[in-house]
Amino acid sequence: MSLTGFETVIGLEVHLQLNTATKIFCGCRNVFGEDANTSVCPVCLGLPGSLPVFNRKVLVSGIKVGLALNCAINTFVKFDRKNYYYPDLPKGYQISQFDFPIAGKGFLPVLTDGKEKRIGITRAHIEEDAGKLIHDDVQNATLVDYNRTGTPLIEIVSEPDMRSPQEAFDYLTTLKLLLQYLDVSDCDMEKGSLRCDANVSIRPAGETKLGTKTELKNMNSFSAVKRAIEHEVKRQTGLLLAGEKIVQQTLLWNEDKGITTPMRSKEQAHDYRYFPEPDLVPFTVTSEEIERVCQDVPELPNARLHRFAEQYSISEYDARILVQDRVFADFFEAAAGMGIEAKKLCNWMNSPLMKELNDRKCRINALKLTPAALVALITRVEDGTISNLSGKEVLADIVISGTAVDDLIKTKGLAQISDDSALESVVDAILGENPQVVEQIRSGKPGAAGFLVGQAMKRLPGKANPKKLNELIQRRVTNV
Amino acid sequence: MPLTAAQVIIKFQRLLNSMDLFALTAHEIMGLIVSGKVSAGDVAVSLRARTVACNPKTNAFIRIYDDPERDEKPYCVPVAIKDNICFKGHPVTCASGILKNFCPPYDAAVVEKIKSAGGVIPGALNMDEFAFGSSTESSVYGITRNPWDLERVPGGSSGGAAAAVAAGEAVWALGSDTGGSIRQPASFCGVVGLKPTYGRVSRYGLIAFGSSLDQIGPITKDVTDCAALMNIISGFDMRDSTSVNVPVPDYCRSLTNNLKGLRIGIPGEYFIDGIEQEVLSTVRSAIDFFKKEGAVIKEITLPHTEYAVAAYYIVATAEASSNLARFDGVEYGLRAVPAKARKAGIVDMYEETRARGFGDEVKRRIMLGTYVLSAGYYDAYYLRAQKVRTLIKNDFDRAFLDCDIILSPTAPTTAFRIGEKTQDPIAMYLSDIFTIPANLAGIPSISIPCGFDGKKLPVGLQLMAAPFAEEILLASAFAYEQAHPWHLERAKL
Repeated sequence: MSLTGFETVIGLEVHLQLNTATKIFCGCRNVFGEDANTSVCPVCLGLPGSLPVFNRKVLVSGIKVGLALNCAINTFVKFDRKNYYYPDLPKGYQISQFDFPIAGKGFLPVLTDGKEKRIGITRAHIEEDAGKLIHDDVQNATLVDYNRTGTPLIEIVSEPDMRSPQEAFDYLTTLKLLLQYLDVSDCDMEKGSLRCDANVSIRPAGETKLGTKTELKNMNSFSAVKRAIEHEVKRQTGLLLAGEKIVQQTLLWNEDKGITTPMRSKEQAHDYRYFPEPDLVPFTVTSEEIERVCQDVPELPNARLHRFAEQYSISEYDARILVQDRVFADFFEAAAGMGIEAKKLCNWMNSPLMKELNDRKCRINALKLTPAALVALITRVEDGTISNLSGKEVLADIVISGTAVDDLIKTKGLAQISDDSALESVVDAILGENPQVVEQIRSGKPGAAGFLVGQAMKRLPGKANPKKLNELIQRRVTNV
Repeated sequence: MPLTAAQVIIKFQRLLNSMDLFALTAHEIMGLIVSGKVSAGDVAVSLRARTVACNPKTNAFIRIYDDPERDEKPYCVPVAIKDNICFKGHPVTCASGILKNFCPPYDAAVVEKIKSAGGVIPGALNMDEFAFGSSTESSVYGITRNPWDLERVPGGSSGGAAAAVAAGEAVWALGSDTGGSIRQPASFCGVVGLKPTYGRVSRYGLIAFGSSLDQIGPITKDVTDCAALMNIISGFDMRDSTSVNVPVPDYCRSLTNNLKGLRIGIPGEYFIDGIEQEVLSTVRSAIDFFKKEGAVIKEITLPHTEYAVAAYYIVATAEASSNLARFDGVEYGLRAVPAKARKAGIVDMYEETRARGFGDEVKRRIMLGTYVLSAGYYDAYYLRAQKVRTLIKNDFDRAFLDCDIILSPTAPTTAFRIGEKTQDPIAMYLSDIFTIPANLAGIPSISIPCGFDGKKLPVGLQLMAAPFAEEILLASAFAYEQAHPWHLERAKL
C-alpha cells in the first residue's frame, strides 16, 4: 500500500532456458556463444518437411521445476502451436503447451520484509525458444541467428500475488536460487537464459477486482525488474490521479533512460490461434517416471536452511547465507564433516571467505580452496599457531594459489611466538613503561590488562597470541 | 540436375521407338533384369524416351533428372516422386511460386529408402499447389492432363503421379494423400493408388499440408507393384513422432487369390444421389464379383459420413494455415517487397511475398484455416470438427468389428473436364467425398481400376480396412485384379 491509497498488484512470467545437452525437438547441441547459425539443422531451421521429436530430458526438467514449485504435475503431456509471424520464428509458430502445461497450480514460499509469504504459481509449461535478431547498423539490415531456435524453455507464470517491487525482487531471487539447486539452467540473465516479464496493475486500497494491467518487457536484471515496476507504478498512479484510464499494453523498459515505451500496436494485436500440435503425439507420464524424477530432486534451499540451523546449531541467519549458493552450501557441508566446530566454520565462510568471493565476483567452485584446506587453516588459528589476522592473510593467498596451509605459514613466517621467554622480555618492557596501568590491575581491575596486550601486539605484529600475552601479564603483575 | 527439354530430346531421339519397357510393371521389369534379358540402362532409356514423347501432352513431370552414375546392385526400378517430397540437392516446390528454387539439404525418409533399395528418382511430378486440389489445375507449372482424355483432368492432387504412371512415363510413383490425393487421381487415371494407415510411412521430408491427415503412398500399374513399393517405403522412423512402430510384413506375400469368407461392408452412405450412373453400375458389378467368389456382403452404415467433408475442410485447412506460415520470405523461397514502398517493413515483405507466391486456392485455404482457429471461433469450428472426426473414426471401428473391408466407389464421377470445376470450389471439394473419411479415421484405403464408363474413362473401386490391415486390402484388390485385367489396358498416347 502506498501513500496515494493505491495497492500495487504484480504477476511475473519467467522464461528459463534449460541446460539440456541437445535442443528440445532436434539433436542439435544446446550451447551458447557459438558462431551464428552453426548449431542448426533442418528441424530447428523449420525447413519444409522437417518434423519435431520431443527430447524427453526436457520433460524431466519440467517435472523437476513443477515439483519444486509445489505444482500439480500433468501426466498428460501435450503440445500446441502458438501461431505468429516474426523473423526469428522460422516455422511461423512456436511449439508450446496451452491447455495442459506440465505443471499446474503451485506456490513458492518467499521471505520478504522479514516474513514468509506464499506466492502462487499459476502454471509452468514447456516450449521452444526462438532465434535471435541482430541489427546491423552498417549494412542497415537485420540478421537472424538460429542457434537459439529450439532451445528448451520453461515458462513459469506466477499469480498476481506480489504487492511491491521489492516483493517481486524477492520472489525472483528465491526462484532463481531454487532453479539453481535443481540444476536445470544456469539462470544467467545476462546471457538470456533467465528472462522476466512483469504484469503490473494498481487498484484502490481495499478493492478486490484487478485493475487494468500493463506488461513490462526487456528487463536485463532483477534490479531492472524492480526499477521498471517502480516506474510503472508511478506512471499508473499518476494517470489514475489525473482521472485518466490505463490502457492495456506491452511496454518496453529502457534501462538507460529509466522509462518505459509502448510496443507498436501492430506487434500487440496477436491472436495466437493455439491448436494441438499434430506432429507430436500426446503421451502419458507414468507415476513411476514422476517418482524417479522426485528422487532426483535435490534438497531444496529452504529445507537445507532449516536442516543446517538444526544439525549444526547455527542461527537461521547464518544458515540462510550459507544456502544462498548451492556450491557454497555443499562446501560448508564437506568441511563440517571434517570434525571442525560448525559455528567457527560458518563464521569463516560467511565473513572472510565471502569477502574473497565478493572481491573476485565468483562462486566458490572457481577458487582453488578445498574444504580440507579451510579446515586446516581454521585449525591453525584455533590452536594458536597463527593469529586470526594471519589466518585471513593465508586465506587470501590459498584461494588463488592452492598452497598447503602449513607450508604457507612457514614460508611467510606467520607462526605465533608461543615460547614464553621470547614474550617475557617484551612484556617486561611494557610493564616497565606503564606503571599506572600495572597499578590499576593490582588494585583489582584486571580488564586494564587489555591495553598492555594491545601494546605488546603492536611490537610483535601478528606473531603473538593475545590470550597468552594476557596470561603472562596477569602472572607477572601479581608476582612482582 | 534437370536437363532442358531440348537436350533431353536430342539425347533420346534415336531411341524413341526402340523399346516398350516403359509399358511394363516394375515387377515385370525386375523379372527381366534378374533373368538378364534387359539392363537397368535399357529401362532408363526406354522410360526417358517415353517421357520425352508424352510429357509435352500430359505435363505429368515438372522436372526430369539425369540418371546418376550408380552401382546397380541392388537395383530398384526408378521411382518418380510428387514434388512435395524432399530430394536432397534438387528443387522441391509443391508446384508453388513461393518455393521456386528451394532445394532441400536433406532427403525425405522415403527417398532414403528408395536410394538404399537401389532406386533412383527420375524426376518430380506435378500436383495441385501445396496439394490443395482434386484436379492438378492449380500448379504454377500448368495443368496436368489425363492420358485417357487429354481434355480432362487427371484428378489431384497427385495428378502428375497418376498421369505419369498411366502414360508409361513412370513405372511407378509416390504421391501423398491428405483427403484422397492418391486414390482419386488413381481412379481417374485407371491405376492403383494406396493411402497407407496414418503412421505406416514416415512423413519426414514430406512438405506438410494437413499433418494429422497426410500419408505418402504408392501409385502403380497393378496391385503387385503396389505391394512391392509398400515393402520399400513402410516402417517406423524415429524422426516422425506420428510414425508407428508396428512390424512391416512382406506385403507381396499377402497377394493370395482367395476371397472365401471375406466380410465386405457396403456402406449405404457411399451409394447416394449424385454419383454417376456408370460409376455406380461398375462398382455394383464389382460387388457381384466378390459375392460370387464367396465373400460375405454386408449392408452397413457409417452414420457420420455426411459430416466428413465439412470436418475435413476445417481440420485440414487449420493445419495447413499453420504449416504454410513458414513460407514468409525470410529464410528461403520467394522474397518480394512492394514495388512502390519507399521503406518496406517486415510486414510489407510478408504480405507481398505471400500475395505473389501463393495461388488463389492456397490463399483461400489459408484464410479458411486461419478463420476456424481464430479467437471466438475455435470451439464452434475446430473443436467441433475434431469431435466429428472422433465420431467418424468410431463409425469405422464399429464397422470393422463385423467386416474385413469396406467397399465403395473411389470418386462419385470419372475424370471431369479441364476447367469444369475451377470456378466452383465446393463442387471440387465434393470430388473427395468418399476418400476423405479414411484420412479422418487414419485407416488404409486403396483405389483400383474396376472398369470404364461409356467415354472410355476409368472408374475406381475403393477398399478400406482397419488400421495396419494393408495386407487384407492388397489381397482383396489382387484377387479382383486377377479376374479383371483392367490394369492391362493402356491409354493411347
